[in-house]
Amino acid sequence: MTATLPPETGAVGGPDGMPLAPSRPVLAQDWRRLVRMGAVGAVAQIFIALSNMPVRLDERVVVKPVLSLGYLTLLIVPFAAGYRVGHQIKREGMPQYAAGAHEVAGGAACGALVGGGLSLLAVLLANFDLREPLVNWSPMLAELLAFGNATWFAVVIWLLIGAAIGAVGGILRTLGPRTSRAVVTMALAVAGAAVLEPLVVDLAEGMRLEALTDRLYARRGGVNWTSALGLAAASGVLAVLARGRVRQARDHIASLEGARRNRANLGLILLTGAALIILPLFAGKLTNELLANVGLFVLLALGLNVVVGLAGILDLGYVAFFAVGSYSAAVLTAATSPRINPEMPWLVALIVVVIITGLVGLFIGAPVIRMRGDYLAIVTLGFGEIIRLIFLSDWLSGWFGGSQGITKIPGAGIFGLTSVAGTDPRRVFYLVLAFCAIAIYVSWRLERSRLGRAWMAVREDETVAEAMGINTVNVKLLAFVVGAILGSFSGAIFSAKVGSVFPNSFLILVSIVILVVVIFGGMGSIVGVIAGSAVLIGVLGGPKQPGLLAEFSEFKLLIYGALLIWMMLARPEGLIPSVRRSRELHQEEMAQDAWLRGQVEDDDSDGGTHAAPAT
Amino acid sequence: MIRTSGPRRGARRTGVDWFLTFMRVAILTLVAVGILAFIWQEIDTDNPFARWANPDATGLTGAQFRGLVISGVAQGCMYGLIALGYSMVYGVLGFINFAHGEVFMVGAMTGMITSNKLADAGLWESNFIGSMVFIVIVSMIVCTLVAVVMERVAYRPLRGSPRLIPLITSIGVSFFIQNTSIVLLGPAAKAYPDVPDWVKDKHTFLQIEGSRILVVVVAAVSMGVLWYLVEHTKGGKAMRAVAEDAEIAALMGINVNRTIVKVFAVGGAMAGLAGILWGILFRSVIHTTGFLPGIKAFSAAVVGGIGHLGGAMAGGLSIGVAESVGPLLILEPLGVSGVSQLRDAVAFAVLIGVLLLRPAGIFGERLPAEDRT
Repeated sequence: MTATLPPETGAVGGPDGMPLAPSRPVLAQDWRRLVRMGAVGAVAQIFIALSNMPVRLDERVVVKPVLSLGYLTLLIVPFAAGYRVGHQIKREGMPQYAAGAHEVAGGAACGALVGGGLSLLAVLLANFDLREPLVNWSPMLAELLAFGNATWFAVVIWLLIGAAIGAVGGILRTLGPRTSRAVVTMALAVAGAAVLEPLVVDLAEGMRLEALTDRLYARRGGVNWTSALGLAAASGVLAVLARGRVRQARDHIASLEGARRNRANLGLILLTGAALIILPLFAGKLTNELLANVGLFVLLALGLNVVVGLAGILDLGYVAFFAVGSYSAAVLTAATSPRINPEMPWLVALIVVVIITGLVGLFIGAPVIRMRGDYLAIVTLGFGEIIRLIFLSDWLSGWFGGSQGITKIPGAGIFGLTSVAGTDPRRVFYLVLAFCAIAIYVSWRLERSRLGRAWMAVREDETVAEAMGINTVNVKLLAFVVGAILGSFSGAIFSAKVGSVFPNSFLILVSIVILVVVIFGGMGSIVGVIAGSAVLIGVLGGPKQPGLLAEFSEFKLLIYGALLIWMMLARPEGLIPSVRRSRELHQEEMAQDAWLRGQVEDDDSDGGTHAAPAT
Repeated sequence: MIRTSGPRRGARRTGVDWFLTFMRVAILTLVAVGILAFIWQEIDTDNPFARWANPDATGLTGAQFRGLVISGVAQGCMYGLIALGYSMVYGVLGFINFAHGEVFMVGAMTGMITSNKLADAGLWESNFIGSMVFIVIVSMIVCTLVAVVMERVAYRPLRGSPRLIPLITSIGVSFFIQNTSIVLLGPAAKAYPDVPDWVKDKHTFLQIEGSRILVVVVAAVSMGVLWYLVEHTKGGKAMRAVAEDAEIAALMGINVNRTIVKVFAVGGAMAGLAGILWGILFRSVIHTTGFLPGIKAFSAAVVGGIGHLGGAMAGGLSIGVAESVGPLLILEPLGVSGVSQLRDAVAFAVLIGVLLLRPAGIFGERLPAEDRT
């Protein structure tokens, strides 16, 4: 299950720096580990095949005549297994072997076992009919597995493919860090070009660069194989040339002090902002729609980040504030709202919406704030569901339209200058961008304020925080309210963008997706949260919004679930972690490392030196 | 007694405390007024209070009321069986296994697949009891496996991490299992085969449908077996010891890992059984089947007192009856229309209310030593 995901980044470049280590004989494998990994991989492989991903995604071509996304999903597991099986745990005082031929052999053997899962499936598909419970038990799958040939062909070819791909995974481990980085960059460049295809084509059209994209992409989608080779070569050369310069630059910025650092950061922010303002001018409807969706989720995720990331309150009913924001904006602005329809201008309505949502945040927050963390999670989930059920019920349908919802909501008018509606995604994006900027600024300042430090203290240890004189109840309640208000912004924009609100847009699912975004990006880290939304919502899509890989819409929730488990197991601090949070999560390991280095006394003073400057 | 919420003794009362007191009073008043209005309405349908509040309210006949209570009890038994899993896992590991509701859904799905296969073979009609026993066993085995694999893959590596981490993981597991069901079995609702008449029809005895009697009997029997297992066998003693203090239990020579696996296995088996009961009661299953019953069962575990077997069952019964009777008893006389849509909201409201009024549940909590704060 978790094996479907790419190998953890932390393991890259493991065997470097030990040139004197002896090489292990080719056949000296940890066979039990290999077989176990192969078996798990085979099960994962059968699961992927039966989930219909290969058949469904076969239409999306990655590299023109060679590889489709569907087949790619079947190649990831043997690769990951072949790579992982060579992973050595570094033990103190144990001989460390250099990577060598046995990595390749082991990878190939493990990959063959994984591929064997598909061989088995092909045989089963040919001989049994399990269509009754398993909807994807289809001849189409059998045909795809056998490349249109007989069953025996499928059996042989998948063993071979598995072995080959597993061996590739093993080879990647034997390469030096520099070469493997170049290889990874090449693969990422091609994959990136394929994934970003709609975006690149759209932008190129806006900039009149069609000639370029015509060369890069085949007519019916997918990177041409010649261009793929060229792209890979170019990126490989670039990776070799750049060789750690990026990291150097980043370290350089990180090492700057005071005013110079601020200037560097400001420069980066201004650059990004300018790019985000100029880019949409050249982009078409599709790109802008995508950007607007991503922005909306950035806004939601930033709000949840205050609650979950900074204050450490696991709020599973965050969608409630989104719903309240949307509905109150709809009631206040739409002429068609059933009971009261003041038809306020959007900006005026926004002020009222913020007040209403803040009050709802107080109302929901007050009873739950004293509860234990996990009870709080379930109760907020309950509140999220209650709010949806209330909007849905006949009881208040006179106010909120019940299951019919509220339709024909006017766009967001700003000072009577312009009106922002869903029909013009570019304006929606600019509106979202403005609010994102506000939210980023607010959460950035909050993080470094007295309140933000109080939140983090409460997150780390409530009892100690209380002993330090923090009024934990009020502080947590404030986190709730701030989160609610940030959520209401996106709610108000959402109702103006879509033009209608229905109770079913506010399923608990939305809360969970936002939570996945926050956790994937990195709890408590603003950059992480933004990156998380861009990657997840941009590529896979939101609960109802399609992403760049629109073909994935059936599977994205499955992937979100798997991703959540995997992140928690492998990297609980997220993609781009906040320094403080990752220290909390790896406290024990760090203490252990410190102890190994004999510096256990120094460890305590460590926390203070990196604390953010007071404001 | 353990306090899960509320200020520490001697702490200053803040605005939040006044608000909470107000909420407690408001909840009790609402319930009291609703019940009074209901009673008045039952005595005299033409009373001005019922008219003022809800002109269409007609009150309930005795038979209707009994029917509601009985369906509440039957569903409550099911919630109770699921709640056992939540309660035991929370008692031992101190975290909410959010995915437990999905194990229940897997049980219902397994039952659906097996019973349809049996119906195709003609065994379902000819030997109903035999096939029931068979699908119960299959479903319990499958659910036990799912629960154990879940523990091994997702929870064991996280033991000892901050307590919200396994909770978040379990949300991921829940999401994953739900969507696995969609991609493997399709998103449509799937039906159980038709059951024999004696299960469908109301019996002369008390005018109760056979399926409800079956559910209550099965739940009572399995509850008895479980009680014996936990209170009177060596394995059960080990479970209680680990729940009390895992470290000390390990020092006493108890294999903590194996005991935790056992806890998950027993919880999974009970959820599998509950899944079959769901199949008998509603005869239809869909991938979201596990979500709401799961949350309600957790509420049941809290209402009864976490870590308390009898409490889980009692909590299940109270939640089941409350959500079935509550809307008509309390909300309708207060002038809320379309009350049956609000039954899920009532179940959540019971959870919130109990956590506000008596956070340790009816029977008090039994928690691992380090969670008693």
